[in-house]
Amino acid sequence: MDDGPDAAKGGAAIRLRGLSRLYGERIALREVDLDLAEGQTLALLGPTGSGKSTMLRILATLLRPTSGQVSVLGCRLPDESWKLRGRIGYLGHEPLLYRDLTGRENLELQARLHGIPRDEASVRIERDLELLGMSRRADDRVSGFSAGMRQRIAICRAVLHRPSLLLLDEPDSNLDPEGRELSRGLIGPGEGRTRVLVSHEPERAIAEADLVLSLDRTGRVDRIDDGRRVTAGATGEGP
Amino acid sequence: MTPSRSAFAALLAKDLRTELRTMRSLPAMVLFAVTTFIIFRYGLDRTTLSGSLAGGVLWTTLLFAGILGINRIFVSELEEGGFDAIRLAPVDRTVLFTSKASALFIYLAVLEAIVVPVFAVFFLPDWSALAPLLPVLAGANLGFSVLGTLISSMAVNSRARDLLVPLLLLPLVVPLMIAVTAASAGLFDAAGPDYDGFGTWLLVVGLYDGIFLLVGYAVFDFLLED
Repeated sequence: MDDGPDAAKGGAAIRLRGLSRLYGERIALREVDLDLAEGQTLALLGPTGSGKSTMLRILATLLRPTSGQVSVLGCRLPDESWKLRGRIGYLGHEPLLYRDLTGRENLELQARLHGIPRDEASVRIERDLELLGMSRRADDRVSGFSAGMRQRIAICRAVLHRPSLLLLDEPDSNLDPEGRELSRGLIGPGEGRTRVLVSHEPERAIAEADLVLSLDRTGRVDRIDDGRRVTAGATGEGP
Repeated sequence: MTPSRSAFAALLAKDLRTELRTMRSLPAMVLFAVTTFIIFRYGLDRTTLSGSLAGGVLWTTLLFAGILGINRIFVSELEEGGFDAIRLAPVDRTVLFTSKASALFIYLAVLEAIVVPVFAVFFLPDWSALAPLLPVLAGANLGFSVLGTLISSMAVNSRARDLLVPLLLLPLVVPLMIAVTAASAGLFDAAGPDYDGFGTWLLVVGLYDGIFLLVGYAVFDFLLED
C-alpha cells in the first residue's frame, strides 16, 4: 500500500503496515495496512469478531501486535508505547470506572493519574460533566448509575486529559438520543480531533468519517475507502 | 510522566476509600483471625501459651487471615478496568505495585491492631511482649504485603485465583514465617521477654523484605503486559 497523500502531507497520526494479531492459533487481524492523517476520522467497520476492538486496543497500547509495523502519533509500537501514554483517549467496551467511587471521584483520580493540576482538573471536570448533563448526579456512586449514565462519565474520563487521538469503541452504546447529541461536544468530529470510530451504526460512522476501513470475519481488510464516496455509494447517489 | 508520588497517593487513597465504603476485606480478615483464636483456645485446651507455640499460633492465624486480603487486592482492577486505566496513563506501572502493597500493609496493620490484643487476652499471662513485637509485626507486614501483591498480580487473571494465591504464596513465605516465629518466640517466653537472637531474626526479616521489594520492583512491569 502506498502512503496516502494526506498522511504524507499533514503527518500521519496512524500508520499500519502488515499489522497482524493472533490469539493463540486464531487470527484476529491479518495484514492490515492503513494511513490516517492528523485531524481525520477513521470509521472502522466490520461484523462481530472481525478484529475491530483488537485493532483499537493495539492502537491504545493495551495489546501488542503479533507482527507488522505500527506507528501512532509518531511513536513505534510496542517499543515506544511509553511515549504515547497520556496522549490517547480510549473509550472501550468497559467504562474503566470504579463502581464504589462517585462519578466525580473517578474523574479526579483520572486527572491525578494524568498529572493535571488540581485547579485545572476541577474546572475541566465541572465543564465536561455539565456538557454531558451529569452535574447533578456526579457525586453519586457509579454502582447506582444506569448504563447510559456510566457511559457519559466514561466519555468524560476518556477526554479529560485532552488527548491527541481518540479511540472510540461503540461510543454511543447505552446512550439515549439526548446523550448521543450531548457527547458530540466532547468526542464528535471537529476541533481538529483525530479519531478512530468503531460503531454498530455504519451510516452514522461513515457520515463522520474521512476514511472508512472495513474488516471481514477473518480480520482481513475488506474495503478501504474515502468516507464521502462510501456514503454516496450507500445512498445510491454515487457518480 | 506524572510524578510517581502523586499517582501513588491517588491510587492508595482510592483503595482505602473503597475499602472504607465497602468493607470487603478487613471484616472478613478480622472475623477469620478471631474465630481461629477461639478454635485454638478450645482445641488446645490451654488458657496460656508461651514460646514458639504462642508464636506459631499468632503467625499462622495472621498468615491465613492475610491471604483473604491478598486474594481480593487486585479484583477491582480486573473487574472495573483499573489495569487498563493505569496502562493508558503516563504513570510508572510500579506505582500500582507500591500502592497495592501499601494498601495491603495498612490492612494488615489494622487487622493486627484489632486481633493481637484479642490474642493477648486469650493466651498471654501479661502484655509485656506486645511492645517489642511491633517491629516484628512491621517487618512481617512489609514482606507479606510485597510478596502478596506480587503473587496476587500473577494470579488475578486466573479463574482459579483463590486456589493459586495460597499455592504460590505459601512456599515462598516459609522463610519469613520461620524468621518472625523465631523472633517472637523469645518475646512470648513464660518468664518474660527474652531478646536472645531477636536482633538476628529481625535482620533476616529485613533481608527477606529487601529481596522481595527488589524482585517486585523489577518484574511488576512485565506482569502488566498483555
